[in-house]
Order: sequence, then C-alpha cells, then structure tokens
Amino acid sequence: MTARLREQIEEALFPPVVALLVALICGDLLIMSYGQSPANVYRLLLEGTWGNAYGFGQVLYKATTLTFTGLAVSLGIRAGLFNVGAESQLAAGGFLAALTGLALSPAIPGVIAVPLCMIAAALGGGIVGAVPAFLRVRFGAHEVIVTIMLNFVVLALLNWIIANHLHVPETLHTPEIHAGAIPRLDRFIPAFHGSAANLTILIALLTAAAIWFLLFRTRRGYELRAVGLQPDAAEYGGVGVGGVWFRALTLSGAVAGLGGINYVLGYKHYYEDGFAGGSGFLGIAVALVGRNHPLGVVLAALFFATLSQGGLAIHAFVPKQMVEVLQGVVIIAVAMSVPEVRRALRQARRPASA
Amino acid sequence: MTSPTATSAASAQPAIRMQGIDKSFGPVRANRGASLEVMPGEIHALVGENGAGKSTLMRILGGLMKPDAGKLEVEGRDVTGWSTNDAIAAGIGVVHQHFMLVPTLTVAENIVLGQEPVKSGMFDYAHAVAEVEKLSKETGLTVSADRKVSELSVGEAQRVEILKTLFRGARILVLDEPTAVLSPPEVKELWTVLRRLRESGGTIVLITHRLDEVMDLSDTITIMRAGETIDRLQTASTSPAEIARAMVGREVALMSRQGEAFGVSSESSHADVPLPVSSAYSAALEVNDLVLTGSRHTRVVDGVTFAIQPGEIFGIAGVEGNGQTELIEAIAGLRKAESGSIRVAGHDVSSSDVSERRTAGLSHIPEDRHRRGLILDYSIADNLLLGRQDEFTHRGVLETERIAENAKTQIESFDIRPPSATLPARSLSGGNQQKVVIAREMGHDFTVLLASQPTRGVDVGAIEFIHERLRAARAANKAILLVSAELNEVLALADRVAVMYRGRFAIVMPAAEASEETLGEYMIGTRKESAA
Repeated sequence: MTARLREQIEEALFPPVVALLVALICGDLLIMSYGQSPANVYRLLLEGTWGNAYGFGQVLYKATTLTFTGLAVSLGIRAGLFNVGAESQLAAGGFLAALTGLALSPAIPGVIAVPLCMIAAALGGGIVGAVPAFLRVRFGAHEVIVTIMLNFVVLALLNWIIANHLHVPETLHTPEIHAGAIPRLDRFIPAFHGSAANLTILIALLTAAAIWFLLFRTRRGYELRAVGLQPDAAEYGGVGVGGVWFRALTLSGAVAGLGGINYVLGYKHYYEDGFAGGSGFLGIAVALVGRNHPLGVVLAALFFATLSQGGLAIHAFVPKQMVEVLQGVVIIAVAMSVPEVRRALRQARRPASA
Repeated sequence: MTSPTATSAASAQPAIRMQGIDKSFGPVRANRGASLEVMPGEIHALVGENGAGKSTLMRILGGLMKPDAGKLEVEGRDVTGWSTNDAIAAGIGVVHQHFMLVPTLTVAENIVLGQEPVKSGMFDYAHAVAEVEKLSKETGLTVSADRKVSELSVGEAQRVEILKTLFRGARILVLDEPTAVLSPPEVKELWTVLRRLRESGGTIVLITHRLDEVMDLSDTITIMRAGETIDRLQTASTSPAEIARAMVGREVALMSRQGEAFGVSSESSHADVPLPVSSAYSAALEVNDLVLTGSRHTRVVDGVTFAIQPGEIFGIAGVEGNGQTELIEAIAGLRKAESGSIRVAGHDVSSSDVSERRTAGLSHIPEDRHRRGLILDYSIADNLLLGRQDEFTHRGVLETERIAENAKTQIESFDIRPPSATLPARSLSGGNQQKVVIAREMGHDFTVLLASQPTRGVDVGAIEFIHERLRAARAANKAILLVSAELNEVLALADRVAVMYRGRFAIVMPAAEASEETLGEYMIGTRKESAA
C-alpha cells in the first residue's frame, strides 16, 4: 500500500523533473549562443523572481491566473474533453466581474460585493464554456474546434463592447470599479509593495482544493473521471455521459472565468481589453505539466509564472523570448517524458521487487 | 507470396526455438525461463491458464516486445530482440485476440494495408479487391472484400486478420485464442482452414486454454504455468486430464465441447429444479415484442418475446452477430428499442435509463469487459462500485471506508488475485478481471442477471468458478439470461434454450430436450421454426 503510494508519487513527480532538466540543458545552449554564461543568466532569473519580494509577488500574481486556467483545462481533460477556450472564458469572466463591480454601489461592503463579482466571473466563463458543451452533447460538434473558434468570437465581441461603449477615453479599459476590490498582499506584507499579488491567490488555492475533492472524493468526480477514461464503461455503469460532459465543460469555463478576478478585482480594478494575454493558452501547458492533478497544476503554475516573470529580469542579457522558447521546450519534454520516464521507473524498480 | 509454402530449411531444424525467456512488467514476472520449440509444418498448441505468460511469449516472438533474458531462434537464425518488421519479413504472422483492423476501411483495404497495389501513383483498389478475393479462394477463408470492417461479425473480422497475415507472406502463423469469439460452426470452419494451411507447409502456433481444441487439432503441446514452461507433450500420447493437471497444477472438473460434464454431475445442470408455474406476474424478466433497428434500417432484433422466472437460467445460443449483443444492451438500457416492452420484477422499465434499471434489480455482466465492464485505469476497489456508485455515496461524497470494506469482502469471496484493492484493473489477468466484474454484478442483491459471454477468454479454473456462481444464483431464486457463444456452456447451465437467428428466436426449448446437433442446425439457419 505505502510502496504503491510511493510509486504513484514517483510517477507523478519524475516526468516533470526530467523535463525540467532537459529544458535547462536547452536553455544553457540558447544562452551560450548569445555569448552569455548560463549560470549568470539563471542566477539573474532566480534573483528577479524568487530572490526579491517584488519579483516573488509578481510570480505569485501570475501563478494565480495560471492556476485557474490550468485547473480549468485539467478538469476538461479529466472528463475526456480538451478545453482550448480558457483564454476567452478568462476574459469573459473578468468582463462580467467588472460589469458587476461597476453596477454595484461603492457603499456595498466587500464581503458582499466580492462574492457577487466572483459569481459573475464564474458565470461569464461558465456561459462561454456551456456553448461548446451544449454543441458537443447535442450535435456532437468537437469541443476543440468550437472552443478555438469561440475564442475569436468572444474576444472580438468584448473588444467591440469596450471600444464602443464602455471605455475611458484614450484607453481600452472600463472605468475603475469601486465595489468588490480584493486587497493586495502588500497591505499585509509591506515587502510586496508594488507587486500585483493579491488575496485572489487564496481563492485559487481553495479552488484547487475544491476541485481535488470533487474529482477524488465525490460521486460526481468518480463519474467524471470514469467518463474521461472509458465513456462506454461509464455508460454501462449508469452514468449519463452527455450530462457529465456538459457539466464538466461548463464548470471548466467557470473556473477559467473565475480567474478573471485576479486582474480585475485584485490588480487593476478595471477590465482592460486583452488582459488575459495568453494565460488561457498557457493553462493548457500548466495542466499538461501538472499532470491534470490540482496539486500538480498549482506547482506547474508557479513554475510557468517564474519563467514568465524571469524573462523580464534577464531581458538585458538575452531576449526575453528565450523564456518562451524554454516554456515550449518544457511542454514538449513533458509530453515526451511521461511515458518514457514511467517505463524507466518500472525497469529500475523491477530488480528490487523481483 | 500469397499461399504459404513449405520452408526449404532442413526439417530437423525447429521453426521456432525459444529458450530461457524472461520478461517482467514491474513486479509481475510474465515469463521466467520459458521455452518453446515448434517444428515446421506442425500445429503446436501453447496452453496455460490466464496469466500463464503465453501471450507475452508470443509477443516476444512477434517482435512486439524484447525479452529481458533468453534466446529466440527462428528457422535456425538467432533473432533475439527483433522488431515486428523483422518478424513479418521472416514470415511470422500473429493474429491477436483483440483485432487490429481499421473499422472504417473495407476488408480489402485492411488486408493490403502497408503493401497497397499501386497503379500510376494511385492506390489501385480494384486490384486489391481482386488479390484479396484470389487469396480468399485459395485458402478457403471466405470474406467479402468490399465490405467495411465495422460491419463484420467477430468471426468474419478474424478471417480478415488471418488473411492479412497470409497476404504478407506468413509461413508461421500464431493465433492467440482464436476461438474465444467464435461459434461452433465458425470454429469448425477455422479448423478446416488451419489444417489446410498445415498441409501446404505452414507452421501454426495456437494459443488456447480449451483442451478439446488442443486434442482436436494440435500435433504437439507446450504447457505453461505461472510464466514457466511445464511440459512439452505429443498430442497423440496424452489426455485432456493430464494437460489440465499440468496447466492448473491440480485436479479439475473438465467439460468437453460435446457438453458432457466430467466431474459435474449432469443432473445438477438442469431439469431437476422444478420451474415455477409461468404467470404474467411471477416473471422476473419479461421482454415483449422487442424490436431494434441497426444501421441501414435493418431489424437487428426483430420482435423477440420471452419471460424468465425466478430460479431459472434462460440461455440464448446463436452465431455471434444475430442480435444477441443488441438484445442484451437494450434490456440493460444501453441501446434504444424501436418498440416493445421490458419489465423487471413487474416494473415496466422500457423507458428507464441504465441506473434506474439497475435499481429495479437488473445486474449485467457485459460481453466486453475491456470496453464496458471495467475502467481499466481504476483500481479494483473503484471498479467494484461501477454502476453502484450511488450506494457508496453519502450526500454526494464517496464513503472511502465502505468502499475499501466492500473491496476486501469481494476480493476474498470471489478469490480475485492478486488480492490488492488498489491495483489498477489493467494489471490483472483476463480471468481475474472477469472475476472483478462478476463480483460486482453478483456480489449484491439483484433480481435479474444478464450474463453475456461470462466465461469468454478465461481459464478452466475460472470457468468452473463462474459456472458454480451462476448455479448458486439460480438456487437463490435469481433469474439469469445467459448469452454464450459456447453451445456446451448454454446446454450445461440453462433450463431453457433459445437459438437466435437473424434477430429472431428460431426455437425455444427445454435444455433437457436440446442437443448440440439440433441447436446447431437452428443456429446456421438450416432448420427454422417460429417460436411461439
């Protein structure tokens, strides 16, 4: 039993670690091709992220959004669906949260306004998620195609609304909202001053815990994973596959949408066109590297946030696009290493257990 | 290249020689020092229980896996650790238990796949069809080259698999439990084909755990148990009992294909249980004029009516693909009926979903445990609650302690090995996987059991065990609908037998009055009688 648990942990952790090493080696080569010392660049990267409070705050802030989008994508994959629409779900969530915040009177206390805005955010993402869910269940339209296309539709629609109806002149963002702001971390820890990190990170962690509980401790989660692994067997077990798909993809959208509060309520206090900035797409990588496990997703989100923030810190020496290349390498390395590393692990274990 | 030709190598040299083969998967040692020697031009039976390591050994031979240790020689050449391409080039053709065909392509397209005839840079389909038809005629393996594989019965699909290997010039043919999915007439046909291949110089390795097949067909036998090679025998000088003993390592009750039971007293099988008087209200399962339409508006089930009383086993025999699968799935709620009604314990469940039917008292052993019956990546414990997840849930939360408790009980009472609730179902042998399904479906209270091919692909010991369970359930007043491709299984267990032919019951009769010969005639449609 404990040996088995150890095996499971090894199988969960080793592939990303190996992938990281592969990415580091590729990073070395890239950095050297710019005539820089890898040790120096990595040192700068770490100093600019985990090495000072501001950088770390930025990492936490970015990791928060990525946790939401990563959880959203992983939830879909667990049910056998690939949600590529986290980007627009995130934007729609942020948009509805901002609208709600604008509509509420500033006199409404945060304990009421924040939950209302959160509900609005989840609703916004959930609606965008429900469309491909419905089309999949009702007409068999493939969710990958629909979510990709819906990204264009939703982002363009939001852009139009902002540009034509809601923006502050000379900008592409809404007026500032006064109800439903989430406090920044520097209010509690002054060292974080200037960074965007805010209490949304707690909501992200709670969401991760709730999704873990849902997946592994509830009947709905049992059924959802069953559908993801073997829909025919789930159907045989009395599970309504269409219903599970609908709920999973809608919930996936809602989780991505909830991520919108990190920027809108926690950081800028307005909705700005294009704020998602690729976090939805990066969520796919986060889910993949995090092995679709909530804890893995949180760790992977921290990792990708570190890379993304670190890119700014090393910009003086190597182009910051280098970290984008690194991110790509990590994703490819994880995709390749999962089966390979597992095989190697089993081989290594064999003599011991035989 | 199309027909197998005799090897020119010296006949004293074995076609296949495997020695000291070791192969492990994690903690499981599938082969430990296994050996196999097959002479050219013989039919060699490789027998053993599920999980004895037969399939692994054949995968190594076919180049799908590399052995951890040991030596593999084919026609005197050391080819240890070769690839599948090497194996195919050397004339080894493996017909797997689970077919490897592209369902959306036609028979001819599947057969020529990888060696497509080409005319001016384009795939020459007409030529492919012609070649396949020629090969089909030469070997006696009849297939219609133009049909899509997805429309074929299992027997037909298997013929396509064999033709595919022959098309690639296979001289050594490995068949992994080829009869597991076949009806008796199809088995006879296969035997004819295999004998013909042997006569034209082909070498055949037959993996099986059916002793009647071994006795019927093989020249030489290799017996495996727990990854090791136990014995190598000449078929002419051995007996089923001796083989069974070597396979299992103890005495077992045997049943031959003829339906004679050794060690199982024949009167216990049927007729001695007084059947309750048939009445509209006492039936546990009633199916009334059920009609199902399949693809292209054919009626796959065409007005089937029957009732099963508590304490009765109602057997459905028939060549696969005559509507049995669809009938069972419709009763279970997995397939929508066109018209007709289904009642479980008096309740009309015709429009109920799967879980409502389960609640009404329906249990279901599905014919395909890999697709339907198990979630292979779920643990044994989690598989043991599939379909009953509601019962192990309190306010939406799984009751982990009760789930573990349930797993422990079921693993013990159904002797699931290895007895570890946290192992994924995927890691179990076929027989033990089936025991998980049976434990789940029979290890709790139910009214009606749909048992579809309950012993398919499981070993002698497990068959015995499953039959015992089914009889025990009948004694406990359960109603059982048994569908089996094994005529002898139906005859040995059922109280009444129906033969399904083209979506209808060709005949319904008490099993005591039925014989394999008469049922066989109804199965292939030479005798017809409309069931009342």
